[in-house]
Amino acid sequence: MIRSELIQKIADENPHLYQRDVEKIVNTIFDQITDAMAQGDRVELRGFGAFSVKKRDSRQGRNPRTGESVAVDEKHVPFFKTGKLLRDRLNGQ
Amino acid sequence: MADKTLTRMDLAEAVHAEVGLSRNDSSDLVEAVLTHLSDALVRGETVKISSFGTFSVRDKAARVGRNPKTGEEVPIHPRRVLTFRPSHLMKDRVAAGNKG
Repeated sequence: MIRSELIQKIADENPHLYQRDVEKIVNTIFDQITDAMAQGDRVELRGFGAFSVKKRDSRQGRNPRTGESVAVDEKHVPFFKTGKLLRDRLNGQ
Repeated sequence: MADKTLTRMDLAEAVHAEVGLSRNDSSDLVEAVLTHLSDALVRGETVKISSFGTFSVRDKAARVGRNPKTGEEVPIHPRRVLTFRPSHLMKDRVAAGNKG
């Protein structure tokens, strides 16, 4: 499923809404999640999962082509943990 | 780093503010989006949201695990797990926003 298919499903279920509003709704939801993480916040959606930001320490990396060692700065990466309900549903429980 | 936690309610509030639907309808729509995402994943589909990321379901084979406390061997059954791969855009935004 891709973004446009998700929008179509929601639009089909809500014939009273304009398509462009459905697009706005779906985009708002994903944008909010990204914005929250960009500010270092968590997003917890019970039953679905939680988005959070993890810190990766700086380290000494290596250029795999040249073997040259390079300093890799500390960085923050997005992380998703599946919620219990969804994890159970994936396993048919 | 801020340490706020957003919930469904915050997402519904954003939909309400952005589109002008009632708070009730907004929260129903947030729920509908999450339900469609979950249902697709439970069907085994990959969910690709451009500029956000990709959720995919992977099959894990059975293996022998060990209870770290007792050292006892326990069988771990085959299972399906969900992985999320953030888009480059999300990675860049999260890295930039949490810098320093």
